[in-house]
Amino acid sequence: MRAVGTHVDLGGTTVVDGVDLHVDAGEVVALVGPNGAGKSTLLAALAGDVPAGGRIEIDGREVRAWKPVELARRRAVLPQRAMVSFPFTVGEVIAMGRAPWTGRPESAEDEDAVAEAMRLTETTGFAGRTFPALSGGEQARVALARVLAQRTPVLLLDEPTAALDLRHQELVLRAVRERAGNSTRVVVVLHDLGLAAAYADRTYLLAAGRVRAEGTPREVFTADLLSDVYQHEVEVFEHPRTGAPMVVPRR
Amino acid sequence: MILGLAVGLAVVSLLAAGRGQVPISPAEVAGSVLHRLGIDLGPLPAAMQGENALWLVRFPRVVLALIVGAALGCAGALMQGVFGNPLAEPGVVGVSSGAAVGAAAAIVSGITVAGIWTTAAAAFAGGVLTTLIVYAMSRAQGRTEVVTLVLTGVAVNATAGALLGLLMFMTDDDGVRAIAFWQLGSLAQATWGAVAVAGPCAVTGLTVAVVLARRVDLLALGERPARHLGVDTERLRIVAIVTTALLTASAVAFTGIISFVGLVVPHLIRMVAGPGHRVLIPASALGGALVVVTGDLIARTAIDYQELPLGVLTAVVGGPAFFWLLRRTRARAGGWG
Repeated sequence: MRAVGTHVDLGGTTVVDGVDLHVDAGEVVALVGPNGAGKSTLLAALAGDVPAGGRIEIDGREVRAWKPVELARRRAVLPQRAMVSFPFTVGEVIAMGRAPWTGRPESAEDEDAVAEAMRLTETTGFAGRTFPALSGGEQARVALARVLAQRTPVLLLDEPTAALDLRHQELVLRAVRERAGNSTRVVVVLHDLGLAAAYADRTYLLAAGRVRAEGTPREVFTADLLSDVYQHEVEVFEHPRTGAPMVVPRR
Repeated sequence: MILGLAVGLAVVSLLAAGRGQVPISPAEVAGSVLHRLGIDLGPLPAAMQGENALWLVRFPRVVLALIVGAALGCAGALMQGVFGNPLAEPGVVGVSSGAAVGAAAAIVSGITVAGIWTTAAAAFAGGVLTTLIVYAMSRAQGRTEVVTLVLTGVAVNATAGALLGLLMFMTDDDGVRAIAFWQLGSLAQATWGAVAVAGPCAVTGLTVAVVLARRVDLLALGERPARHLGVDTERLRIVAIVTTALLTASAVAFTGIISFVGLVVPHLIRMVAGPGHRVLIPASALGGALVVVTGDLIARTAIDYQELPLGVLTAVVGGPAFFWLLRRTRARAGGWG
């Protein structure tokens, strides 16, 4: 999956401006940046949801040239907020992730894929409950389970940890990491720079629709750069044990 | 569930065909049907004129009731799925009135280009047009808000009512009677001819709806997620809208506006069998047929030598149910979300 010169206009304003991006197999790439930097819009462009200038390729072909069902077998997308209009059960919602494989040999994996996705997100326990009756955090995990059950080589995740507590944030990103281990490519929008530093192989720091910096978290997360981009003084330490960068706003 | 509804439907249909000015027992009704099919089983109607009453008056009426009910139940379930809103229903959002305007225009203008199909075609055109208007007006980001949907329905119904009034004003006494009959909704004018037109339309619509069921399930996730799962949402939307209009038109073309069937039936089915459309759509069709056949039986037998308009009867039951649903939806959404 790669994007060259991606450009998105929404309602007359340029939201994403000349972004180049690539994801290698087995890689977790985090998109970080302040509110309104264009992270979600870039992700939507990568997913083929919004028309974008430049060229976005998935599996060697322009993303919007794929038929919807062919695209659905290549990339799965986790929306920022998950909603379900009718009281479907958790099990039914997660099984919807298998829809693109109906009538294909891969549909033999349906049960296995659903069970694995439930295990990874710890949602097995409420498979029989209805989706609207769950708490926000539980809904977010079910939505992620649906996306994992789709078993696509590309995962595009928009803030998978936003509604989650500390334990489940770690759980979810570990699950994503594990999936990347099987040569899946992951692009994930994250607000928490600590999580990005811990789980991403590379990050793109976006500001005002442009890429300000690209590289490993250690390369990108420097006090000067982050202070400038977020317009707030920040300090960056090395974690005494892991050596991962820790970002703390100056208070 | 589906089997139970089918059995219930068969029983009620036999009963309904037997009741009326010339009483015929369910066994005789079944016998008469079997004899016509070439199976000499069961008794024939013993009453004078029994056979004629059955085949010229009652059967077309019961069969048309089945078709209309199935079409309305199915149209309701499909429409709710596509709008992502349990309050969408052809009567509530005004598609029925739109179809009625089309049909009334055909009656008043006296156009008969397509023979007996003219009314149905005009109803279909009116239905498609209104569905498109409602759809365009009430959706935002793949979802319809309750308020917008209901208000759009109010506006559409008001406009359609005005057009119907205008058509009544422009026509003669016969036209006025014909249009008044539309607005009340009744199966009194059922003929085999009507069945021959409404039947194929309804069967086509039902078939398409059943085929769409799986994809409509995915729409519950919202428009974009459905596309992420491989649904061509643009096409699904258009096909579903045309199907809803076809089903509504086949119901409205010969019987007028029978409201709330498409609202109440899918809701009850959802409470029992869950929201999955692969069960919901066929079960709503059967349930709708059951309700309309039963309703029509009550409408023509509750008062001696008088007939209640069926649309009035369904509205008497459906109106309060609509109130209740509104309150529930509102409570769950935590406001008028």
